[in-house]
Amino acid sequence: MYNYLSGGFLAYLNRDLLLGIRNKSDLIKPLIFFLLVSVLVPLAIAPEADRLAELAPGIIWIFAVLATLLSVERLFSDDLQDGSLEQMLMSPNLLIFPILGKVTAHWLMIGLPLALLSPVIGIWLSLPTTAVLPMMLSLAIGTAVLSLIGAVGAALTLPRQGGVLIALLVMPLYMPVLIFGSATIQSAVDGQSWTAPLSILAAFLAIAIALCPLAINVSLRLAKNG
Amino acid sequence: MASTNILKIEKLAFERNDTLLFEPVSFELNSGEALHIEGENGAGKTTFFQLLINLLEPSAGEIHFRGQNFGDCIYEYLSDVLFIGHQSAVKGALSVEENLRWMSPANTSSKEITTALRSVGLEHHASMPCYRLSAGQQRRVALARLMTTSASLWYLDEPFAALDKQGVEFIEDRMQSHLDQGGAIVFSSHQDLVKTTTRSYRLNPYRELV
Repeated sequence: MYNYLSGGFLAYLNRDLLLGIRNKSDLIKPLIFFLLVSVLVPLAIAPEADRLAELAPGIIWIFAVLATLLSVERLFSDDLQDGSLEQMLMSPNLLIFPILGKVTAHWLMIGLPLALLSPVIGIWLSLPTTAVLPMMLSLAIGTAVLSLIGAVGAALTLPRQGGVLIALLVMPLYMPVLIFGSATIQSAVDGQSWTAPLSILAAFLAIAIALCPLAINVSLRLAKNG
Repeated sequence: MASTNILKIEKLAFERNDTLLFEPVSFELNSGEALHIEGENGAGKTTFFQLLINLLEPSAGEIHFRGQNFGDCIYEYLSDVLFIGHQSAVKGALSVEENLRWMSPANTSSKEITTALRSVGLEHHASMPCYRLSAGQQRRVALARLMTTSASLWYLDEPFAALDKQGVEFIEDRMQSHLDQGGAIVFSSHQDLVKTTTRSYRLNPYRELV
């Protein structure tokens, strides 16, 4: 149906991006939520620059985890309902490329905008300017891992839209990402080398790209067999 | 044209919750033939189609495609199959044209897309998002794939659901011309075709012998 390698990837990437752009409110919701939380945090805790800067890495990363979790549950359930998933599963080509296409689209619409928006939040939370670049990089790489792992959870909980169940399933796998993600920012705030935790995040991404699509493939087939 | 064997099903069975869903199915399908799968609601027609497109694994039995076990030629088999399901895979947020382009082979030209849309009577709605269309019109969007496909084996699950008289007539014409070109069709429907001669196969719910 599509070119053997890139075709399936690009076709699904394009389609999911187009669908995302058509449903703009779904796209903007997590970003607005992100902004609101960061406006409220200084008011609720204490508007002292030192204390905020200390908490900022953790707050930003907790938010990134929640935003991905909330948005990932619809990744496959819409397709299952309207029959597109059947069409995807019966494609003669390797399924990991369409799957990677869909997950990449999810990251481009959730993770990347969060990373790009994060400097604004950084300023709100009095994050030192030296930590802004590490924060953006760690979010960009880390949210890609979160999207991949979250997609495994979404595929496993089909045919239901498994909101809380996904959270329970993937939370243990999210923890290392959260730890090394906030450690990247924290190291930069403390003036230490931040490339070490960032490289570990990148290693997580390499592993997730290799393994998650395989797990998703199997889970999607199970969902139809169940 | 000498007719060749395209599909051969041998004692295909599917088990759910430890009972067979329908009595084991066996039939042969040659090029130029259409097979009408009949069966009451819940007889397992949709499940049967999912077995045919390798979405479900049969509990027993074999599917042969052009003389080969389909597991040995799964790429060739799935590349040559068009399946339009009960759920038609039409995305409400995408326009009529985008939907058809998405579901057609990658090398389909825009002229072919336009022709396909004209033939199903949707050329004036090409840029309209599909959620605004009626159920019958959405069905037409899905069935427009019959115009752009190059597959020779068609699986159509309830193709006439929600279609008006004109639509049914048009799809029947298209099915007939596909058969004339040496294709083969397996379809399910609760109504009989008027123009096309078909064989029918009754899917019987499995009853245990006491």
